[in-house]
Amino acid sequence: MDIDTEKKGNAVVIRIKGKVDADTAPSLQECFTNQIAQNEKKIVVNLEGLDYISSAGLRVVLAAAKNLKALHGELLFVGLKGSVEKVFKISGFYSAFKIFDTEETALAQL
Amino acid sequence: MELPAHIIRQASQKNLSEFIQFIAEAAETVGFSEERLNEIKIAVEEALVNIFNYAYPEETGEAIVACRIEHDRQFVIEIIDEGEPFDFESIETPDVEADISDRQIGGLGILLIKELMDSVDYRRESGRNILQLVVKRP
Repeated sequence: MDIDTEKKGNAVVIRIKGKVDADTAPSLQECFTNQIAQNEKKIVVNLEGLDYISSAGLRVVLAAAKNLKALHGELLFVGLKGSVEKVFKISGFYSAFKIFDTEETALAQL
Repeated sequence: MELPAHIIRQASQKNLSEFIQFIAEAAETVGFSEERLNEIKIAVEEALVNIFNYAYPEETGEAIVACRIEHDRQFVIEIIDEGEPFDFESIETPDVEADISDRQIGGLGILLIKELMDSVDYRRESGRNILQLVVKRP
């Protein structure tokens, strides 16, 4: 898994590539924790480069979403495809989260 | 078609990638698409992580992942442990329609296994938990 973060206006974009599984999920959790600790409350997660996410990753995403919600922040998603999109649909994340096609359209919502 | 029969390792998170690599290599020879391959790997990961976390509460034990082609039309994976009995069907499905604030963290693994695989069967046999995942061949 590779994570790249970029500040965009009042939001931060987190781009996750590769695989979020039980081994790599802790690094993703650390990334969310750091961003939230730096007072980032609007986070756009770009999953274009992600081809694998298991429940260990969903758990991290849900925990981050709950933390952000408590801070009146927002967590948006971009670029779901293939098995990642399927996993989001099965787990109900597809309807629970706001999902956009591009970073630009997501950022325009914030 | 020759398939590697099985892999036995200690039921520990540190062996997850080795188990997954075993099943990925076997499934690749069957000719699944990359997307289907990822779904197979996710289902096997979920089953193994359950075993790592719950099967052996005291002394650690082993997990086995085995696979074969059956009737030339399905890829059958068996994930086996000798730990605590695990009633696969008794696991409550999380409410996937709940609002984020009300959602429980966790409980999604079993749901993913059931939804991603073509069929799933659990049995307890001679002190072993045997979870069978079936994927139709492409």
